[in-house]
Amino acid sequence: MTSPGLFSGFRAILQRDLLLAWRRRGDAAMPVLYAMIVAILFPFALGPNHQLLARVSGGIVLVTVLLAMLLALDNLFRSDLEDGVLAQMVLAPQSLSALMAARILAYWLVTASPLLVAGPILGYMLGLPAQAQPVLFLSLVLSSALLALLGSMLAALTAGTRRSGMLLSLMLLPLIVPVVIFAAGAISAVEQGLPWIAPLAWLSAALALTLVLAPVACATALRITLDA
Amino acid sequence: MNAFKTWFHKLGSPPFFYEFAGYLRPWLWVGTVVFAIAGLIGGLIIAPPDYQQGDAYRIIFIHVPSAWMSLFIYGVMAISGLIAVVWRMKLAEIIAMESAPIGAAFTFITLITGSLWGKPMWGTYWTWDARLTSELVLLFIYLGIIGLYHAFENERQGARAASFLIIVGVVNLPIVHYSVVWWNTLHQGTTVRIFAPSSISLSMLWPILAMMIATKLYYGVSLLGRARIAVLERERGKDWVRQIVMEGTKDA
Repeated sequence: MTSPGLFSGFRAILQRDLLLAWRRRGDAAMPVLYAMIVAILFPFALGPNHQLLARVSGGIVLVTVLLAMLLALDNLFRSDLEDGVLAQMVLAPQSLSALMAARILAYWLVTASPLLVAGPILGYMLGLPAQAQPVLFLSLVLSSALLALLGSMLAALTAGTRRSGMLLSLMLLPLIVPVVIFAAGAISAVEQGLPWIAPLAWLSAALALTLVLAPVACATALRITLDA
Repeated sequence: MNAFKTWFHKLGSPPFFYEFAGYLRPWLWVGTVVFAIAGLIGGLIIAPPDYQQGDAYRIIFIHVPSAWMSLFIYGVMAISGLIAVVWRMKLAEIIAMESAPIGAAFTFITLITGSLWGKPMWGTYWTWDARLTSELVLLFIYLGIIGLYHAFENERQGARAASFLIIVGVVNLPIVHYSVVWWNTLHQGTTVRIFAPSSISLSMLWPILAMMIATKLYYGVSLLGRARIAVLERERGKDWVRQIVMEGTKDA
């Protein structure tokens, strides 16, 4: 019997996760609703001052989208751990890192893509300058991917614990601070008419690095969580 | 060399560690008190007031040693955390986990004394300066580690997971530090710098060094005390623990 290849395992996990997400479409809509609620509350809290809102809109959308992605993070491994699927993934002939990469990709596609559509709309509603829109979109893509990679590693660490929602945010804060700094730096640079490519290049470099390291770290964390 | 090696290996065994730490602690206490008294007298009484900051600068004798300790303890945790993840040594897990609350306390003291110092000097308790912000993030890293450790029902599993988080933090800390420095200089040019060690007068330097030694020794005292209790808790099923507990109740 020939053992199935690396890519087939990757594809199987990706297909399964996307199918499961499609069967529960309502769950996938939750983060978008949450992001919209939070972003809509800001004009009420700050007052409908156009200049003020335009200046803070980029940061608000960025933070709101990242927080909304956290909602789905807690359940990334929960149900699979409970019904034993995760143990089978560890035992599978393919490397666990590759399977984790598929899981992270599925999580990013399901959670981030609706938010990437909603983000620019929210930005427009808050009065984000038009020339900043493409940069906002780019920094949302990069920072949401980074959050998915870093967050899934932490979700794997907390998978075996009972209440992990708050803990996950606490652990994620130090990891996400540099991401927010660079993403918001690009947005504020373009608003001031400054060159904005450098912070995004830094984010892309960080993404390239975490793309390689995070699945491996995720697999290691999962092994720690699973063996008692 | 060989004798040292055997001794070092023996230190890994919980009963031997328990006994050894018990012998070491009183001596560390003595050292802590001696150096702390010397440092505080030197810093609060002997050292002259600063020509610019007056007497307010004296908080430096608490602030700077605590700030050094907040990073030093993280270094200790990183090394023992790595040992815990790779070789699964029980004692390394205990050292890493029992260091975390002490490190968090020193970080907290650094932040509090820094903000008290900031009010007369900068006119505000808190500013989003690069150093302040990265110290705050360090506090959150400590809290995350402590939280993760206690979230697990199985102590050893929790210790391993938290040790993994410590190692992630080692990679993250420099990134946070430099990105925060970069972020701050992007927005405002003014940076408030703590004066460089070379520019400090000797009469102010030696109390700081004395306090530095005192805080290191205090860390030793605190860590060994916590670790002894943790060793007893983890080994509660073993015979040697029962003997110690029985002796303790006989005395009481």
